[in-house]
Amino acid sequence: MSELILLLISTALVNNVVLIKFLGLCPSMGVSKSMDSALGMGMATTFVITLAAGASWMLEHWLLVPYELGFLRILTFILVIAAVVQFTEMFVKKTSPGLYRSLGIYLPLITTNCAVLGVALLNVQQGFSFFKSLAYGFGSALGFTLVLMIFAGLRERIALARVPVAFNGTPIAFITISLLALAFMGFSGLNI
Amino acid sequence: MIAAILSLTILGAALGLILGIAGRFLAVESNPFVDEVEALLPGTNCGQCGFPGCSGAAAAIAAGSAPASCCPPGGKTTAVAIAEKMGLALDLAAVADTGPKLATIAEDLCIGCCRCIKNCPTDAILGAPKQIHNVLKEACTGCSACIDHCPTEALVMQPVPITLQHWVMPKPLAA
Amino acid sequence: MGLMEKLFGRDWGIHPDDHKRPAADAVTRTMPVPERLFVSLSQHLGAPARPVVLVGQKVRKGERLADPQGAVSAAIHAPTSGTITAIGEIPAPHPSGLPVLAITLEADGLDAWADLEGLNDPFLLPPAEISKKVAEAGVVGLGGATFPAALKLSLSEKAKVTTLVMNGGECEPYLSCDDRLMRDSAAAIVDGIGLMLHATGATQALVGIEDNKPEAIAAMQQAAAAQPHIRICPVPARYPMGSEKQLVQELTGHEIPADGRPGDVGVVVHNVGTAWAVHQAIRFGRPLVARLITVNGGCVAQPGNIMVPLGTLVEEVLAFAGGLNSAPARLVMGGPMMGMSLPQARVPVVKGSSGILALSAAEVAERTEEPCIRCATCVGACPMGLLPLDMARHIQANDLKGAVKTGLKDCIACGCCAYVCPAHIPLVQYFSHAKGELSAQEREKLRQESNRKLAQSRAQRLEREAREKAEAAARRKAERAAQAAATPESQAPSNLPAPQGATA
Repeated sequence: MSELILLLISTALVNNVVLIKFLGLCPSMGVSKSMDSALGMGMATTFVITLAAGASWMLEHWLLVPYELGFLRILTFILVIAAVVQFTEMFVKKTSPGLYRSLGIYLPLITTNCAVLGVALLNVQQGFSFFKSLAYGFGSALGFTLVLMIFAGLRERIALARVPVAFNGTPIAFITISLLALAFMGFSGLNI
Repeated sequence: MIAAILSLTILGAALGLILGIAGRFLAVESNPFVDEVEALLPGTNCGQCGFPGCSGAAAAIAAGSAPASCCPPGGKTTAVAIAEKMGLALDLAAVADTGPKLATIAEDLCIGCCRCIKNCPTDAILGAPKQIHNVLKEACTGCSACIDHCPTEALVMQPVPITLQHWVMPKPLAA
Repeated sequence: MGLMEKLFGRDWGIHPDDHKRPAADAVTRTMPVPERLFVSLSQHLGAPARPVVLVGQKVRKGERLADPQGAVSAAIHAPTSGTITAIGEIPAPHPSGLPVLAITLEADGLDAWADLEGLNDPFLLPPAEISKKVAEAGVVGLGGATFPAALKLSLSEKAKVTTLVMNGGECEPYLSCDDRLMRDSAAAIVDGIGLMLHATGATQALVGIEDNKPEAIAAMQQAAAAQPHIRICPVPARYPMGSEKQLVQELTGHEIPADGRPGDVGVVVHNVGTAWAVHQAIRFGRPLVARLITVNGGCVAQPGNIMVPLGTLVEEVLAFAGGLNSAPARLVMGGPMMGMSLPQARVPVVKGSSGILALSAAEVAERTEEPCIRCATCVGACPMGLLPLDMARHIQANDLKGAVKTGLKDCIACGCCAYVCPAHIPLVQYFSHAKGELSAQEREKLRQESNRKLAQSRAQRLEREAREKAEAAARRKAERAAQAAATPESQAPSNLPAPQGATA
């Protein structure tokens, strides 16, 4: 049990998927203008990553390894991820039309969010058990949501500040997220 | 080779089936925004947006084929309200809001033809045949639906005059 | 609330130099009626009054010139006897310099009162009668907000308030008209308080007076000595102690909730000047036609308090006060913190004018604005416990919604934040701008709402007309059919041409 919790913390903070591994940068820049849509995006991605991590473990251990189909790994994983994203999109459209509107193109783009595929592939690489895979996926997604929300909060403040014209908009956002990445590097000192 | 083809086919078919079933259960019957957007529009059916009435404009906005700022008489307020409801980003600079306007009748030009009265969506014009017409300021929405129907160009749109009650302190210039 | 606040209380507000003396100690002067008066029709909160006199009509002092219009409004009376020469637009005493409708009254020099009737024993009348008489006299809140006093009295009677808080705080620097009024006419004010107690049904009155006015406190204590339910309560001098919410909390200990009214804690607040006006209205039947005004500021030769007929031009008041030493850097109506900067001196005195200040350049101390360094001095000064720096940030970025979330609606525009700001940021101006924008949006929303209703009723009307037309056509058809059936066939054709022949 404690191992799972440690795995959660280390994936969410120490090896943060956005700021340390630099995966999933597209939505972190795109959907971080307001806290509300950042939270919605975080939740949708959490759902997709966790489900994809579980499904990819099953595919790996019950299909790809027994039949020696390792070369199909990326193809099958993407297939599963795309299906999960499609399902999520339908679900969000039905339950929260407002969120569906505000996420816009970024919702179907979760399919190509490299964090999702990256987590699934890393799972395989590290040879985790099923529950560890789930924890790894969930922890990564948690880290993604955390960074997205912190960054959205910062951007909401920056929107009020008087930024020099040359830096206004995306440039100051990049500077901010790099500073945030520096701050997250501090977690690597955590001895766990 | 056969195993690869088979497994991918089965996987694809299974996922397709699951999505198909989910699509049935999670189907969204109609666009839920149409009614809500229509409630935000003025409801005067003046036709300035180019759509057939306010319900037509609401359908177009909800479908995404018209911008939130497509209602000229609604102005900035309506555009912001719709954009918020739809979760859309709104470029306020694109809203051509020159401030509220009112129709006024030049009394020396009005011939009392009653044509404008029939076209006013809010019954804001008073008058009778061969009598000079007048616009009720409180009821005029500034939609300018009447302007084109005046044969003598007695009707003009004029900005609503600023009074003490409507005056807004100017925003200080940032240093 | 932190431990420091628990032990020492929250430190709100500011302590500006009060500049009240020597004006407060100078003997009150009464200004003679000038040749021409410009009586504004918007001297109160709410809709402008509707004139009931005609150009050329002769009026006597105290005769009604305009009726209240709408729910929140007040009547306006002639400040002197004379002839109405015009009803038209003049520049308003307002920073915008926009025009306002006013009645021009040419004084005949007699200053003859109309036949007025006072009441000897108003306490026999029901409270509603008192409110009615106050309304007839056109009394409004003389503290500056100019809310119709009668409306406040009758509303608080319905709301069952228990405490009447009299505002004699006069926390604004430079102003001393309430101070002077309490020193000169304490008995009249106490009588007015008694009348207001009767009108509101409140059981006790608390008169809050800042402790920098010892003479006024002494005079009021002496006048109210015989009436135990009117208590004179000295309060520490601190700006903005004269603000409704702060004074009520200081005197009763109850905090008025955000976007609430004093009535929510069983309190109604009136200015001491209003009590004087109520006394005049009830005892002598005299409407509000003159008020005490503080003329002060570095450029005024003889600062002091002057009883001025309403409608007198500011430049005439300044001339009567002894003229100006030098050209003022800024002309202000009201106090220096919340008053209105006047674009010119040819504007009339209105019911809400508590002071006319001609400030010198040194007093105005125009300073250049610098960037906000987030020192949060304004947060400590804000009497409402808001975050002025954050609110201003939101407003700068045109984010009104964010500003409202930060508490814009609770801002009382007292100006403490701008006063203490080391970067000289015009914070209050941001807030006034945002509040104006908000109410403009609100108005726009109401307009849209009414537009929708109008469009709907038109649609209904068209439908009804179409239906009626169809029904009438059907009825005619039925009648004709019935007629055709009832009459012999030979008569029917001979009937039809007859009307046609008649019209031809």
